[in-house]
Amino acid sequence: MEEFIDNLPPMDLMRSEKMSYVQLIIPAESAHRAISYLGELGLLQFHDLNVEKSPFQRTFVNQVKRCGEMSRKLRFFKDQITKAGIVSLEHPFMQPDVELEELEIQLAEHEHELIELNTNTERLQKTYNELLEFRMVLDKAGRFLFSEKNHHTIGEDRELEESVNSNHEFIDTASLLEKELRSGFSEQSGVRFISGIVCKSKVVRFERMLFRATRGNMLFNQAPADEEIVDPVTFEKDAKIVFMVFFSGEQAKTKILKICEAFCANCYPVPEDLTKQHQVTREVLSRLSDLEATLDAGIRHRNKALSSIDYNLTKWVTLVRREKAVYDTLNMLNFDVTKKCLVGEGWCPIFATTKIQEALQRATYDSNSLVGVIFHVMDSVESPPTYFRTNHFTNAFQEIVDAYGVARYQESNPAVYTVITFPFLFAVMFGDWGHGICLLIGSLILIARESKLSKKKLGSFMEMLFGGRYVLLLMSIFSIYCGLIYNEFFSVPFHIFGGSAYRCRDATCSNADTVGLVKYRDPYPFGVDPSWRGSRSELPFLNSIKMKMSILLGVAQMNLGMFLSYFNARFFGSSLDIRYQFIPQMIFLNSLFGYLSLLIIIKWCTGSQADLYHVMIYMFLSPTDNIGENELFWGQRPLQIILLLFALVAVPWMLFPKPFILKKLHTERFQGSTYGMLGTSEIDLEVEPDSARAQHHEDFNFSEVFVHQMIHSIEFVLGAVSNTASYLRLWALSLAHSELSTVFYEKVLLLAWSYDNFIIRLVGLAVFSFATAFILLMMETLSAFLHALRLHWVEFQGKFYHGDGQKFKPFSFASLTDDED
Amino acid sequence: MYGFEALTFNIHGGYLEAIVRGHRASLLTASDYNNLCQCETLDDIKMHLSATEYGPYLQNEPSPLHTTTIVEKCTLKLVDEYKSMLCQATEPLSTFLEYIRYGHMIDNVVLIVTGTLHERDVQELLEKCHPLGMFDSIATLAVAQNMRELYRLVLVDTPLAPYFSECISSEDLDDMNIEIMRNTLYKAYLEDFYRFCQKLGGATAEIMSDLLSFEADRRVVNITINSIGTELTRDDRRKLYSNFGLLYPYGHEELAICEDIDQVRAAMEKYPPYQSIFSKLSYGESQMLDKAFYEEEVKRLCLTFEQQFHYAVFFAYMRLREQEIRNLMWISECVGQNQKSRVHDSVVFIF
Repeated sequence: MEEFIDNLPPMDLMRSEKMSYVQLIIPAESAHRAISYLGELGLLQFHDLNVEKSPFQRTFVNQVKRCGEMSRKLRFFKDQITKAGIVSLEHPFMQPDVELEELEIQLAEHEHELIELNTNTERLQKTYNELLEFRMVLDKAGRFLFSEKNHHTIGEDRELEESVNSNHEFIDTASLLEKELRSGFSEQSGVRFISGIVCKSKVVRFERMLFRATRGNMLFNQAPADEEIVDPVTFEKDAKIVFMVFFSGEQAKTKILKICEAFCANCYPVPEDLTKQHQVTREVLSRLSDLEATLDAGIRHRNKALSSIDYNLTKWVTLVRREKAVYDTLNMLNFDVTKKCLVGEGWCPIFATTKIQEALQRATYDSNSLVGVIFHVMDSVESPPTYFRTNHFTNAFQEIVDAYGVARYQESNPAVYTVITFPFLFAVMFGDWGHGICLLIGSLILIARESKLSKKKLGSFMEMLFGGRYVLLLMSIFSIYCGLIYNEFFSVPFHIFGGSAYRCRDATCSNADTVGLVKYRDPYPFGVDPSWRGSRSELPFLNSIKMKMSILLGVAQMNLGMFLSYFNARFFGSSLDIRYQFIPQMIFLNSLFGYLSLLIIIKWCTGSQADLYHVMIYMFLSPTDNIGENELFWGQRPLQIILLLFALVAVPWMLFPKPFILKKLHTERFQGSTYGMLGTSEIDLEVEPDSARAQHHEDFNFSEVFVHQMIHSIEFVLGAVSNTASYLRLWALSLAHSELSTVFYEKVLLLAWSYDNFIIRLVGLAVFSFATAFILLMMETLSAFLHALRLHWVEFQGKFYHGDGQKFKPFSFASLTDDED
Repeated sequence: MYGFEALTFNIHGGYLEAIVRGHRASLLTASDYNNLCQCETLDDIKMHLSATEYGPYLQNEPSPLHTTTIVEKCTLKLVDEYKSMLCQATEPLSTFLEYIRYGHMIDNVVLIVTGTLHERDVQELLEKCHPLGMFDSIATLAVAQNMRELYRLVLVDTPLAPYFSECISSEDLDDMNIEIMRNTLYKAYLEDFYRFCQKLGGATAEIMSDLLSFEADRRVVNITINSIGTELTRDDRRKLYSNFGLLYPYGHEELAICEDIDQVRAAMEKYPPYQSIFSKLSYGESQMLDKAFYEEEVKRLCLTFEQQFHYAVFFAYMRLREQEIRNLMWISECVGQNQKSRVHDSVVFIF
């Protein structure tokens, strides 16, 4: 047996890649090139040799800073480009051919130019804004003045009323009197005005402040400005209000001017004389048109500069990002004693060593270095990182496993089995070939548009769907398969594989649920007979079949998990784990639930009427009693007693020996009894380099080990029951799914169809399709997915998977691209 | 109600408490400070900070950095966090959060008024104001000539209005007046905040009364030390003391008549919590007092996080961040002016 296993071909997929710890000694002149070639290759994970140094004490800190500065400039360009609204076209990506130093100068020039242009435009825009505001103030204020004069000629009363109305909340009688007195002399006496423009959002507070400061001795006129002013810095449009304040007195003027300043209100002088006003307006208008032309030219120039930058932007961004990554990696390297070489250490998969050496040779050659890069393998105390080579298809499954925990180095990888078992268990819960076809179409669409979608940035939900497209594909195919077995198509049974095996007893029974049917020919060839649908015994029949199936699947999967633990123990050479953990566990599980599975199969094959609950329960309660009518095969009772004894023996077997043997090994090793060790425990020691090494590192604490083993055993014994029960979720969810779809089909669609009304039918159809899409296809998919996930993580992987490794993170340019943003 | 917060606190306060505890986890640690203290240039500081939560705020700053930019950006981060918390908060937490910023408002009012008194440009002054203490029409403060106008024109709209009742006078503003105004306002503010926290009850009241008492006592000591040798009378000095705290009332009476720092010390050493602070100082020295008080405050603030279901964590977090920004400012100044030997003088490690 063991020989057979040893002679099996090596299963590369099952375990992570073999890694080796390598040391590179790179001459300083070719270091940069070597690292960038390695980055393109992406198969070496560098180990940080300067952990104790803070980032700015490292060797290449200046280059990193320069890269940071350059990426800041690039961000500035990008920002400017989006602000200017230039649509960036997809440029064919070229291999960056510019040197970093060159680029730095270029970027600095561009930035300088852009900033200069910006300040120019800003200045122009500011003057332009001022003129524009002036024009609007002239326009509106002229109207105020004009109407003011009219008012005076027509009648003072109305104006007074207005001003009272506008301020009637705040005004007190004293100031009202004052106002009355003053307004009489409006033209001749000291009433003066200030006009200007202020932001719309501030106008209420502004008015209130003016009112308070002048104690109500003022008149505030306002009108919304016609155009919105573009802020020169933020490019946002502000709505503004033109105002005109009438007041008297010198002190009030200084106060009002101060308030204007505080509110960022720009004041403009408006001549009272009408002809003068027209003259000023004309002047302003002519200057405005001049300025507009200059401004336009300036903006055109700026846009041109920006689009020329935009042309190269992506290329530059990639280049800078790569350079920064290279220098960050270089910072992880150490200088050797002579200061002429850089020393780097890291992990790489063994298959990649030749590729890495090639890349290093190329780097040496390209940089005309006299000394080649020295590349050699070293020993490392740390455990190596875990690296699985995946493709589009297996990646999603590996992710599912990694989400629980990254495999320990060289541990057997559950993802291999997950590829099939995961979608299958999902489908057991989601068995409906109609829904399966919907999922299949969805996943096929995602796969067909793979090349297009993979480049785009998707939302988080779509990203998830797209990432799991192959999982979805397999899930849908298995759902169709399971749906055919359950014979459900949106809960409707079909006669696909020939006619039903049952028929009515006589011609009087119209459908299946009135009286019993009789079997008149061979069983339905594939899946559930369609005649079960709607019959009184449909649920008991389906429940029984699905429950038993769940147990069988569960026991099979748990056994697979335990076999994997055997392979792990073999691989890591720990015979202790096989003898005192794997074997008793196998015996325990299979003598109870393996036996149950056997009974199920026998019952299915013989068509016996035995009650399995009864058999199982009384196997524990009174094993010696006669089984009676529930006997399935000859010799069942003695077999049960033997199995029960095995199970009882297995518990102390998995609990006690291991910690005691570990203790013995430990004491032998550390009491200087090396002579004895040669003879007695040589095999054990050689077989268990792992545990021996662990003892070196930490003090052996017997009570801790024992408690640990106790927890482990109890967990397994209790888990054997609860995990088997946990697989019943397969039945429960499949039941829920089929019942839900029956409800939607019968209570919504068929009910609506029974009316002879087009609208009701339409509504029924709409409700049915929404319910199918959102509840059955989305919610149910999600819940079945989660339950399948749980079965894999807890019930399956719990049997063998440690999941405490570290993922292999090679230094690679390809993984850089989405890092930022 | 004490003891029952666990039942209901999380209905409204749970989310924000989680947020604030998350923010607290991003405070710079002693190892961060050690690294920062080793920086050679301001760019190094920026580089180090870019690995922390301050990164996004500093990354777009062009290279010749100034201390002011660093401080400004760090403050901006605090303000952003404060604002987002305020947006999420419901009563009474939102009022509590509002209270936190009144102190900055008072400082800003004083800053602007003093500035205009010395004929500084208003815009320039506005830039110096703490952004947390900004309110509408703060710029209009420059118009006012005396306290009465100040109140009537601007402050009547602000939450500070009730605190003004004691200092409305028609006297023209001068430095002395303003300083008295600041302390009167602060006194009223602290007392109000104290009352508010007492009203909230529970762990909030318990912890906040401790923190606010400490704050009040610190102000009492500062007022006393600063007013030694000025023309402020004993009664006036006594009036500026907040009417709560560990020193109230007997300590106040003793402090009100102090004539030099050693008398202050003698008065303070009767109170065990302050004895440890004063025991760190040598006789006649008051320079290091600020740092000693800050250290004590940070210790107390950190302790508030040990208890759950109360609002004091928000207060503590804001204070700790401010302390952190003060630290960063000091470090940046020292680095910028090549005074690295003094870098440890005023940095208060938070963790």
